Amino acid sequence: MKTTPLHAAHRALNAKLVDFAGWEMPIQYKSILEEAKSVRHTWGIFDVSHMARAHFRGASVLNYLTRLVPTDLTTLQDGQSLYTVLTNEAGGVIDDIIIYRVEANHYLIVFNAANREKDLAWFHKQASVFSPAPDILDETDQTVMIAAQGPLAVEQLERLFQADLQAVPRFGAVDLNWQGSAVFAGRTGYTGEDGFELIAPARAGQLLWDALVQAGAMPCGLGARDVLRVEAGLHLYGHELNDEINPIEAGLGWLVTSEADYIGSSPIREWKAQGTPRKLMGVVLLERGVPREGYPVLVGGSPVGALTSGVFSPTLEKGIGMGFVQAAVAKTGTGCEVDIRGKLFAATLTTRRFLKGR
Amino acid sequence: MNVPSDLRYTRSDEWVRLEGNEAVIGITDYAQSELGDIVYLDLPEAGRYVQPEEPFGVIESVKAASDLYAPVEGEVLAANSDLQSALETINQDPYGAGWFLRIQLKDPAQVNSLLTAEQYKEYRNL
Repeated sequence: MKTTPLHAAHRALNAKLVDFAGWEMPIQYKSILEEAKSVRHTWGIFDVSHMARAHFRGASVLNYLTRLVPTDLTTLQDGQSLYTVLTNEAGGVIDDIIIYRVEANHYLIVFNAANREKDLAWFHKQASVFSPAPDILDETDQTVMIAAQGPLAVEQLERLFQADLQAVPRFGAVDLNWQGSAVFAGRTGYTGEDGFELIAPARAGQLLWDALVQAGAMPCGLGARDVLRVEAGLHLYGHELNDEINPIEAGLGWLVTSEADYIGSSPIREWKAQGTPRKLMGVVLLERGVPREGYPVLVGGSPVGALTSGVFSPTLEKGIGMGFVQAAVAKTGTGCEVDIRGKLFAATLTTRRFLKGR
Repeated sequence: MNVPSDLRYTRSDEWVRLEGNEAVIGITDYAQSELGDIVYLDLPEAGRYVQPEEPFGVIESVKAASDLYAPVEGEVLAANSDLQSALETINQDPYGAGWFLRIQLKDPAQVNSLLTAEQYKEYRNL
């Protein structure tokens, strides 16, 4: 199994380690719920070094990327990033990614660990169409990536890096220096909280992690990360997205802004105009229970879909989940039931903005 | 990992404390540690008859759902109603305040067939 440069730090903290997409990663240190609560109330850090990171350079890069994603990239400025998806010919999602424009003719893409080989094969295949082909450099193994998230994260990072980070807009990025190492910091995350994702040289990783822990950050594992992203209504590839799920039914119509002929553009334009037979909805249990992936959702006793993710939300103290349901019933406020191991639990269909108004 | 020597154990990680003709049951320290934070518990009410090999309830952590099996046969005298509002008690004090059921034993001798603390430690490599 692959390990990140922070593996020794996880062992020293007595983390429970699991196989995640071929990487031995911490699922929890002490308690998933405590870790998730820290991120909601103070701040926490996650080793996300397993996520893939590649640089794309060359005169054809903007035209090349424009073919790959349904989002308009022409307005993206230096030091800005956006969330989007790679689409296939059928309009399905190959992966969900973040694209940073570092400068003209130079972009950085962060993509999922589980899709690293698939995406790289796709990136190279599509690059061969261009002459000169863009240069693609996977720097995953040379760097660490640490997500620092929570209401206190930005001020604590400002102190650590002696930099004005409040000035960096959401999805903005800035180059920092930490003890002589270059750190690339993007104001992004996967928790629904403010914070940054830091990319640093592998050799500086352990010291940076230790400094963040010293500064009071709670080390958080993949268990807490999953709870937090479900609470924030965020997609996880392999659950709310896959090669057969299109961005419109997954509730990502807002990122379909490109007017170019990108791969998959005709079916996606059609769905955007006509609607889709099913839609991704939030589900909130009205009684105590734990919804999980695969559980059927029923309306008026008839199955209308199934959950793609579910957790017991420590923030809301309710069972919450997401799932694709038939468009005819996919309305906020619709009463439904979730079949939990053969027992029906009362629930309501909602938007995925579970934390709104918290 | 705490495995008190005065209790008996099952291979499905429940513990039993014999008190005359009654038994108190719960899940072991190992079980709560493997499950992680408990977020759901469904226990039978007093009066229900439970027996080994038959699931009597469900416990769920953030990570997983598991059936609960009675280590012994008998009538439920009481279920720990304090747990529903404080499920973390199961993680914090699995052998004390985290108990699940008090059972009127059909045959107290049945407890002797369960694992001793030493046998349970060996079974779980503790």
